[in-house]
Amino acid sequence: MQLRENVMRYVFMLAACFSILAVFFICFYLFMNGLPAMAKIGVADFIFGMDWKPLNEIFGIFPMIIGSLYVTAGAIIVGVPIGILCSIFLVFFCPKKLYSIIKPAVELLAGIPSIVYGFFGLIVIVPLFQDMFGGNGKGVLTASVLLGIMILPTIISVSESSLQAIPDSYYEGALALGASHERSVFFVCVKAATSGVLAGVILGVGRAIGETMAVIMVAGNNAIMPDSLLSGVRTMTANIVLEMSYASGLHREALIATACVLFVFILIINLSFSALKRKGAN
Amino acid sequence: MKRHLDPVSLFLNIITKVAAFITILVLFFIIAYILIRGIPNLTPSLFEWEYTTENVSMMPAIINTIYVVLLSLLISAPIGICSAIYLVEYAKRGSKLVKIVLLTTETLAGIPSIVYGLFGSLMFVISLNMGLSLLAGSLTLAIMVLPTIMRTTQEALVAVPDSYREGSYGLGAGKIRTIFRIILPSAVPGIMSGIVLSMGRIVGETAALIYTSGTVGKISTSVFEPGSTLAVHMYKLMSEGLYTEQACAVAVVLLVFVIIMNSLSSVLGKKLAKG
Amino acid sequence: MSTPKLSIKDVNLFYGDFHALHGISMDIDENKITSFIGPSGCGKSTLLKSINRMNDLVEGCKITGEFLLDNKNIYKDIEINTLRKRVGMVFQKANPFPMSVYDNIAFGPRTHGIKKKAELDVIVRQALEDAALWDEVKDRLNKSALGLSGGQQQRLCIARALAVQPEVLLMDEPTSALDPISTSKIEELTLKLKKDYTIVIVTHNMQQAMRISDKTAFFLLGDLIEYGDTEMMFSTPKEKKTEDYITGRFG
Repeated sequence: MQLRENVMRYVFMLAACFSILAVFFICFYLFMNGLPAMAKIGVADFIFGMDWKPLNEIFGIFPMIIGSLYVTAGAIIVGVPIGILCSIFLVFFCPKKLYSIIKPAVELLAGIPSIVYGFFGLIVIVPLFQDMFGGNGKGVLTASVLLGIMILPTIISVSESSLQAIPDSYYEGALALGASHERSVFFVCVKAATSGVLAGVILGVGRAIGETMAVIMVAGNNAIMPDSLLSGVRTMTANIVLEMSYASGLHREALIATACVLFVFILIINLSFSALKRKGAN
Repeated sequence: MKRHLDPVSLFLNIITKVAAFITILVLFFIIAYILIRGIPNLTPSLFEWEYTTENVSMMPAIINTIYVVLLSLLISAPIGICSAIYLVEYAKRGSKLVKIVLLTTETLAGIPSIVYGLFGSLMFVISLNMGLSLLAGSLTLAIMVLPTIMRTTQEALVAVPDSYREGSYGLGAGKIRTIFRIILPSAVPGIMSGIVLSMGRIVGETAALIYTSGTVGKISTSVFEPGSTLAVHMYKLMSEGLYTEQACAVAVVLLVFVIIMNSLSSVLGKKLAKG
Repeated sequence: MSTPKLSIKDVNLFYGDFHALHGISMDIDENKITSFIGPSGCGKSTLLKSINRMNDLVEGCKITGEFLLDNKNIYKDIEINTLRKRVGMVFQKANPFPMSVYDNIAFGPRTHGIKKKAELDVIVRQALEDAALWDEVKDRLNKSALGLSGGQQQRLCIARALAVQPEVLLMDEPTSALDPISTSKIEELTLKLKKDYTIVIVTHNMQQAMRISDKTAFFLLGDLIEYGDTEMMFSTPKEKKTEDYITGRFG
């Protein structure tokens, strides 16, 4: 009896260690395969190199890093204001009946596969922007809008839960000073939830920078520095998907190294997310 | 009751409503557009068993998707549930192991699917010599959905009142018996909602599968063979550029599936809340 | 007798089906401290909260009868945010906003349209001095208010209420969560404030009511049992129920 209890205890503990193991293996395989290539190419040449010409063995991913940053920034500009305001609406303005419609809708928005978003972007947003702005309709702007939509549910749900955690006493205190409902909400409650709301934004950034399938459909994928909102852009994620199927040798390793760089970005984002979330909880 | 709003308040009031309206509008537009364009393309021929270049049937992809879902969950659910049990029922709060487990789980949750795909390709396909196969794809996805299952199970376990545990121990039941007979049964709806959520993610996943289970269009006869799931199938149709209508039909199937999964998950979630 | 600052006329209050206040009528005098006493659930806090309409937040709360502030019906003739500006409130548990001390005090004035830094500085200092807190916090105006002690936080909340220059100040058991020293500081402060403000205080503590209030109202199960001069009420209560309560037979 006692033996069984002990055995099971270790079974559960081993299972818990699995995620540690998984992270370890992911790091191991990525860096083992990516770092040597980076060393061969030269770290500075790789990260800050302006040209990506696999046929000539020139591997600079700076345009892709910038591309990822551009579309992520664009997604933030599009998605963050709407997302935060929508979460404020859900918590402080929404009648119960309406909530039971909007909340599942937001969850559904989170569940739509990225390939479907990409498809929608390709057959709706791309032609639309083509008509409005000329060009081929694919580029920074299109990707930003699509990603902005895609990160909405992330931002909404994280900031909603942090807004809900704000004690009612703050709201009542502001109201008792003669502040209107809106002022109490925005200048006291939202302000009090800032770090939680910010955590939602950061999680959204993580989603945007890691998004792949939707982006390759609408971004144009030119491996050059984008010089305008309409110019085509290639993200780090797109770089990997597009060329992995035929790459070999150093080219292939350079793609893995691209994933390493992306991974480091994600780690930084994750760490700041958990730091902010912890700060919000205190 | 009419309120007189100062301009600032009025502005704030309006922008929250506009934002909520935009969110809803975008969602309904996406869904309506895909349904309206896709449903007319849902021809019976798209559900035939054979995939050919003349008839890009999605049936093989549907079968493969079912394989991958079952296989991934078969791997991921036991590990996820057991580790959640450890975290909630055994581990001391704030112990070093718990901290590391939570940190790594959070990390896993944030890793983009393309990185999973690359990792799966490096480890399972090449290093472990599985080749492009449903098994390699499922293993990759199992790791990917692990955080979801862990988190929802943890929440479900925490929600089980301590009085249940005390009651069971009070009758002389051991820890294992208490967990399997008392705690897990009352946490089932919550755990199921996590599993359903994971199913949604697996079905919708593309980037992690392209380089692990491949893009072959036929039904796999064993888990050691490659095969494309529905989402990968849709990607293939789109990237070839010739099959927009068929891709639209696949999008409808995916969307309907996601809607069903979402409603199922929230029904389960509500059941848990009621207890 | 001067005209009352606040007149409560035949007020009934319902939470859904529950009849919480039964036909309350009373006048509250200007520049006096009036205390509401009675056992838990007697309706004293409920009545207090309806004076600045904080009860509007409670779902299913219905009120009949009239509250007249300077002869104006607060539910009909005064805009709600103006009412709350004129009738300030201090809560049972200190609820400073998670901002700096300065921003806490300045929140009210800013809300009501004062933007100039110099003007705000004067108001903040005045409010903190009035609340006897200035000396303790003047060096940490820009630090978070959440770092203050419990008693300081409550005085900060009083200062915050004073900064919007209300006419009436409602205090809902303001010292129930505080230690004796902080309590006596707040009592002193309350006495000092009555020359400028009309104060209504809900308290569980009969000694407190005796120490600071001019008039006392005793509530029981939603009824106003007795209302009169504090001294009279505690020495020679007219009602048997009042006597039982203040001599400690129940509650």
